[in-house]
Amino acid sequence: MAGGLAQARVRERRVEAGAGAGEGDRGETQLAEVAFRGATKRFDGRAAVDHLDLDIADGELLVLLGPSGCGKTTALRLVAGLEEPDEGAISIGGQVVNDVEPKDRDVAMVFQSYALYPHLSVERNIEFPLRQRQVPADERRRRAREAAGSLGLTDLLDRKPRQLSGGQRQRVALARAIVRQPKAFLMDEPLSNLDAALRLQTRADIVALQARLGTTTLYVTHDQVEAMTMGHRIAVMDMGVLQQVAAPSDLYDLPANAFVAQFLGSPGMNLLPAVLEPGQPSARVSGGHLPLGEGAAAAAARAAPLVVGVRPEHLFLSPAGTLGATVLLVELLGAEVQVLCRLEDQTKLVVRQDASAPRPAIGEGVRVAASPGTVHVFTGEDGTRLGGPG
Amino acid sequence: MLPARSRRVRAVREAALGYLLVLPALAVFGVFVFYPFAQNFRLALYETPPYPGLPSRYVGLHQVGQVLTSSSFLQSLGATLLFVVIVVPAGLLGGLLLAVAAHRRLRGMTVYRLVFSSTVVSSVAVSALVFGTLMDPVVGLLPWLGLNPSPPILQNTTWALPAIAVMAVWQFLGLAFVVMSAGLSAVPEEVLEAARVDGASERTVFWRVTVPLLSPTIFFGLVVATIYAFGTFGQVDILIGYSNAAFEHVNLLVYDILNTIQVTKTPGQAAVLSIALFVLTLGVTLVQLRFIERRVHYGS
Amino acid sequence: MRYALLTLGAVVVLAPLYLTVVNSLLPPSALAERPPPFFPLHPRWHDYPVAWSQGHLGVYLRNSAIQTVIIVCGQLVTSVLAGYAFAFVRFPFRRVLFVVFLATLMIPFEVTLVTNTQTISSLGWYNTFEGLAVPFLATGFGTFLVRQAFLQIPRDLREAATLDGYGHLRFMLRVAVPLARPALAALGVFSFLAAWNQYLWPLVVTGSGDNVRTVQIGLKLLQGTQVSHTDVALAGTVIAVAPLVVLLVAFQKQLVRSLTGGAVK
Repeated sequence: MAGGLAQARVRERRVEAGAGAGEGDRGETQLAEVAFRGATKRFDGRAAVDHLDLDIADGELLVLLGPSGCGKTTALRLVAGLEEPDEGAISIGGQVVNDVEPKDRDVAMVFQSYALYPHLSVERNIEFPLRQRQVPADERRRRAREAAGSLGLTDLLDRKPRQLSGGQRQRVALARAIVRQPKAFLMDEPLSNLDAALRLQTRADIVALQARLGTTTLYVTHDQVEAMTMGHRIAVMDMGVLQQVAAPSDLYDLPANAFVAQFLGSPGMNLLPAVLEPGQPSARVSGGHLPLGEGAAAAAARAAPLVVGVRPEHLFLSPAGTLGATVLLVELLGAEVQVLCRLEDQTKLVVRQDASAPRPAIGEGVRVAASPGTVHVFTGEDGTRLGGPG
Repeated sequence: MLPARSRRVRAVREAALGYLLVLPALAVFGVFVFYPFAQNFRLALYETPPYPGLPSRYVGLHQVGQVLTSSSFLQSLGATLLFVVIVVPAGLLGGLLLAVAAHRRLRGMTVYRLVFSSTVVSSVAVSALVFGTLMDPVVGLLPWLGLNPSPPILQNTTWALPAIAVMAVWQFLGLAFVVMSAGLSAVPEEVLEAARVDGASERTVFWRVTVPLLSPTIFFGLVVATIYAFGTFGQVDILIGYSNAAFEHVNLLVYDILNTIQVTKTPGQAAVLSIALFVLTLGVTLVQLRFIERRVHYGS
Repeated sequence: MRYALLTLGAVVVLAPLYLTVVNSLLPPSALAERPPPFFPLHPRWHDYPVAWSQGHLGVYLRNSAIQTVIIVCGQLVTSVLAGYAFAFVRFPFRRVLFVVFLATLMIPFEVTLVTNTQTISSLGWYNTFEGLAVPFLATGFGTFLVRQAFLQIPRDLREAATLDGYGHLRFMLRVAVPLARPALAALGVFSFLAAWNQYLWPLVVTGSGDNVRTVQIGLKLLQGTQVSHTDVALAGTVIAVAPLVVLLVAFQKQLVRSLTGGAVK
């Protein structure tokens, strides 16, 4: 369930953005939560979305995150009605919409390629959704201009899409989505075609926009930095299956399984096959051992084989380290240094430490230590979390 | 509440729309292409009497055999095949050469391109009149060039067919040029340049690089040219006619069909000839597809 | 060197038409001169009005225009409708039907001549514009061309329009057709040329009288009656060709582009 926690987060951000704690510019009091209930979609026998259960709170910005092919775009298209579920139900605002046509669902979509009508001017592009809904001409123009204004497009109204830069086209696509004041926004990797600097700026703009409007938003991306900075919550998917849905910090600090652990973070969590040391709260790995907290050790005792995980920033080089490794690469990242090491069994380990710490040489044998309370334990079979960190 | 319509209903409505959109064209095709084509087979089996109003007699394959073995058919078959063999390669080659020649970024090239494509405006009647005059023994150009065959070209049993062929080729040149030019512009310039840098002469570049890369276009042109050549008849109608001494040698199949419809008024025979024409055209096209398409180099 | 070849080619291609124009401007006696004059020093425009009136070319041009416009409009409309269906609408047997459409290209018109004349006769359309135009209101080539053009439209655009509430018909009219305009223009030009230059069918389906006779048949008649006045016949030819030349000059770019985007690649 989205729960009160999600709602609280939504309200928090909206207050930050300067909107009231109410419904914002939507002007309607309808709730627009979105829900997946056992939704399944298959292509050629393979499940692109596999029995998905997910709730998005009214006004929430939920990010669907995962590697390509994980089913996030398909899930988005199920909400839009561009795909129909083979099993299960999609509901918007509490009503099951499986049989409702896309045009009647009152959702707006921002495509990765923007999908602007090349033969229409910016103004006409933005007006387009309104023409179908029999909105009178002057009202149409007013709303289009308003939407354009809120995205800084007022000077570009007469241009055609091919005369615009990537960032400008993106904003036109956004304007077209907001002009309808829909129940929900569906965004399919809208930033992936922009260059890095523009991406940063537009990210912030989208977050502010969403907070101000208070519209429920489903945002698809494969970029975890985007996900971490934008979403109220993140739903991580892999191979059509929902791995975990939680707030960014929870996802990072308490990953539900090994996949989430190594997907988030740059680089992701180090994962090592391990065996519980008999009688001690410690896990034996290739080249040494890592300390476990009591709870983690107890949980680990019930299952074997194990995988332990620890993030690079929680490791450091120290002569008293419990793990022996050989240095492969040392990368200077400004304030930090990233050291790629190799364990006895050829597993790679990434250590990140402060640039001021003594730097090893390539090929040198070093000892690695883990800060206390940072080691996670997962089962070796399917990667589910057992316990930790600690 | 949002309006909901089950998936099946929506699919049915969409299918209905699809059929509705296709209907107009399909209706035209049904009545004027497929029905007549099928009807040919039925007509071929019936002999119609010379007087209208009397019932036609079922004679089965007898009529088919009769027509196909008649001397007039064999004659037109021969003339048509000869005609096609002359016109198709000549037209394609001409178009290709013109296209290659004009495919340069030199000054005034637009004018040349316009000129080369200009014969697309010529119709059968136009080319007939134009060349008819040129070949006229009295006022034409040929006497001046020293060509003065006797009997005059358009009544000359040896030269009448080639004369018609020249007209057909000229008329086809414009289209051949446009098609070949379009294909040429799809040949990537870098490949040609690479070949030149590798030291190949222009001729080698042409035969070893351009032509293979152009082969899909050439093949397309081949099919189009063949169908066009088999359908030629207008010049014969305008310039030659039945009373002409050279008629037998220029009695192209389509002309024969027309003759059978309008003059002798025997639709049964016309139908047989039509089927023969179709089989011929299709047969040649299939042969092309089979043997020549194999050597066509698709993809880049 | 290159220019020499080009000029030679141009001469070969243009010569017939050029000479036709020249000859039409010369007095009949001059035509028999050796060498024939290549340039009319004193152009005689006399033949043109003669060709016009004697050859009834005014009427025939009008008839050709009517026939051609009907055919072009018909082909554009049926091709857009069918092309749209094949590109965007889902219905059973869609692929089969498309092959059927393409199959019509394999059946040369001459093969259907026999029955078509009977059909037109029995419909009472002999010697009428309906008889001239109706069999050609649809074309497999046109449908193919338009479908290709429609398929170029990115799928995103269709989906965006769907979400914006646009059903098929509105999408076709407001988005697909405007975006396919180059292909449609090319098809229009191509159809115009083909229809205007038709010879066989008008010959068969028009009888005596001037009400529907097209300019191509008119030329034939002009040739027949003007055995001793070739220059008049030639003038008639020039008149008949003139509209197309104008069309060609205006639309040559579209013509090439249509064949590039069509079946060639």
